[in-house]
Amino acid sequence: MSVTRTNPALTLGKYVALLAYLLFALFPLYWLVKIAITPDRLIFTEGTDLWPSTTTLDNFRTVIFQTDFMAFFGNSLYVSLGTAAVTTILAAGAGYAFSRFDFGGKKIIVAVMLITQMFPLLMIIAPIYKIVASLGMLNSLTSLIVVYTAFNIPFATFLMQSFFDAIPKDLEEAAMMDGCTRFQALRKVILPLTLPGLGATLGFVFTAAWSELLFALMLISDNESMTFPVGLLTFVSRFSVDWGQMMAAGSLALIPSCLFFIFIQRYLVQGLTSGAVKG
Amino acid sequence: MARMELKDLVKRYGAVEVLRDINLDIADGEFIVLVGPSGCGKSTLLRMIAGLEPITEGDFLIDGARMNDVSPRDRDIAMVFQSYALYPHMDVARNMGFSMEIRRDPVDEKKTRVAQAAETLGLTALTDRLPKALSGGQRQRVAMGRAIIRDPRAFLFDEPLSNLDAALRVEMRLEIARLHQRLGATMIYVTHDQVEALTLADRIVVLNGGDIQQVGSPLDLYERPANKFVAQFIGSPTMNVIPVTGGVEGVTLANGQWLGLPMRENTPFATELGIRPEHLDVVDPGPNVLTATADVVEHLGSDTNIYVNVDKVGPMMVRKHGNIPIATGDKLGLRVMTENAHLFAKGGAALPAPVRQAA
Ligand SMILES: Nc1ncnc2c1ncn2[C@@H]1O[C@H](COP(=O)(O)OP(=O)(O)OP(=O)(O)O)[C@@H](O)[C@H]1O
Ligand SMILES: [Mg+2]
Repeated sequence: MSVTRTNPALTLGKYVALLAYLLFALFPLYWLVKIAITPDRLIFTEGTDLWPSTTTLDNFRTVIFQTDFMAFFGNSLYVSLGTAAVTTILAAGAGYAFSRFDFGGKKIIVAVMLITQMFPLLMIIAPIYKIVASLGMLNSLTSLIVVYTAFNIPFATFLMQSFFDAIPKDLEEAAMMDGCTRFQALRKVILPLTLPGLGATLGFVFTAAWSELLFALMLISDNESMTFPVGLLTFVSRFSVDWGQMMAAGSLALIPSCLFFIFIQRYLVQGLTSGAVKG
Repeated sequence: MARMELKDLVKRYGAVEVLRDINLDIADGEFIVLVGPSGCGKSTLLRMIAGLEPITEGDFLIDGARMNDVSPRDRDIAMVFQSYALYPHMDVARNMGFSMEIRRDPVDEKKTRVAQAAETLGLTALTDRLPKALSGGQRQRVAMGRAIIRDPRAFLFDEPLSNLDAALRVEMRLEIARLHQRLGATMIYVTHDQVEALTLADRIVVLNGGDIQQVGSPLDLYERPANKFVAQFIGSPTMNVIPVTGGVEGVTLANGQWLGLPMRENTPFATELGIRPEHLDVVDPGPNVLTATADVVEHLGSDTNIYVNVDKVGPMMVRKHGNIPIATGDKLGLRVMTENAHLFAKGGAALPAPVRQAA
């Protein structure tokens, strides 16, 4: 073992680069929160200051108690959790099949799934609207879950497949030699090892559904079933934009995403399978 | 109890035939070792016996019952994987007890068995560790423990020791030999290692390119290889094989020298002569011996390996007991111990020597 001395200038450079990246990535979030706590009367006078001279939680109060925002929020939560759950379950099943079995038409299915990812969403808005309308499912949150699930499944499946691929086949076979059926092997050995994959997929799909605007805007017009990104647009009136409240609502919308990632991040840690094979 | 019969087994992946015409009877309690070069189908055969790989054609029977369509869990066979395949999220005790957990055996019994196995394998202090906190050798032991825990009727090993260092290999080899003696179960063992094969096996099965080349006891294969492939595959260092021209009761070497092989009737068909490195005598150069130059000399203490260049014949290797005072560049004479010479016909089939009378 030799201790390699790293060049201090290099280390410094690394941290400077990281810092620059963080500033760049987090600045919009900071700005969001800053505007949310700036009193309305100061928004335009102190708009470019890094910190307002006085702060207030009025915007949050208004958003929570005097608008439909909480309802939007609930709708979004329902749609996003629903989509994440349904997509992940289906993608896990499909990913497992792709990873472990050879079956006729596998290549074709993969190709078709890839093709669905190649079209810009704008192109298929009209047909989707037509389908959903003729099913009588406009303004229903279920239609959103179905549409989001359909759009997220291909990517989620490839993601899950790569997680299954990373688990040695030997493990399942060992389990089957130990007396498991294939399904028991899946449940007792493979599933616990796929938790990071499930976590990542859940997180990915949840965020995608949480911030989706296009389809929600088109399929939902009813105030009752608006999701939160559509709801945000209600802060834009014909004559003005209520920046403070909009930003307050936006800040609140960050909370579930953050909570969700805090919850799943322990499953995202790598190295869960280490120790399985020789090493 | 596990007597196994392999009848005309064939394995194909699509159009590729990986194993053909595998016929083998394995007696109850026998230790069978499968050897052969990489890619010859050893693992595939083992996995077919385990039930992890479907059998394309032929029948596989255990104790008379056809197993072709029986799932691995119902064959009651344990397998130790080359990669160990320990469950990374379970501690050592649970890894070992997993098969009993699945079979819903009584918890008390499971605990005693796990404790026993851990004791036997020297793992008692490690039972609550996860596999990632174990060394390679310890992981190997856990994999063994997992196999022995439930008294299966047969054991399969796929190169179980190939990831260990030399010292551990020797130790675990003895462990496996002891295990076989203690349990008396049928064992099938795949290895690349000559020494493992020769020391562990009741019978060795030599595979090449999907065919069984020969089945026999270690000594059988060493003394009476069925063909050139087996002759060169079994025994270390490898047998020297040189081209010859067949004659009556003898052969002519490439340098024109006559090598008399009295009492052998099939010498006219010989095209090659095989002689093991330990069956060459080093003598003073002279008539009627091979003249050679020492190329590289390895002094191993107990043995001396001499790589020589035989005039007009080519490179050969000689192995002698003890420390032989020879240096690179020395001229020496070699005498073939004719009673240990092997003859091969065109195509590699061995021309058997007459069976020698036991002294
Ligand atoms: N799924 C498969 N499809 C096609 N050919 C395969 C497949 N699996 C294995 N083979 C082929 O079968 C042959 C035997 O493979 P096997 O793993 O049994 O070899 P092996 O004797 O165990 O080799 P090694 O000593 O390297 O482990 C190889 O030539 C391999 O390429
Ligand atoms: Mg193999």
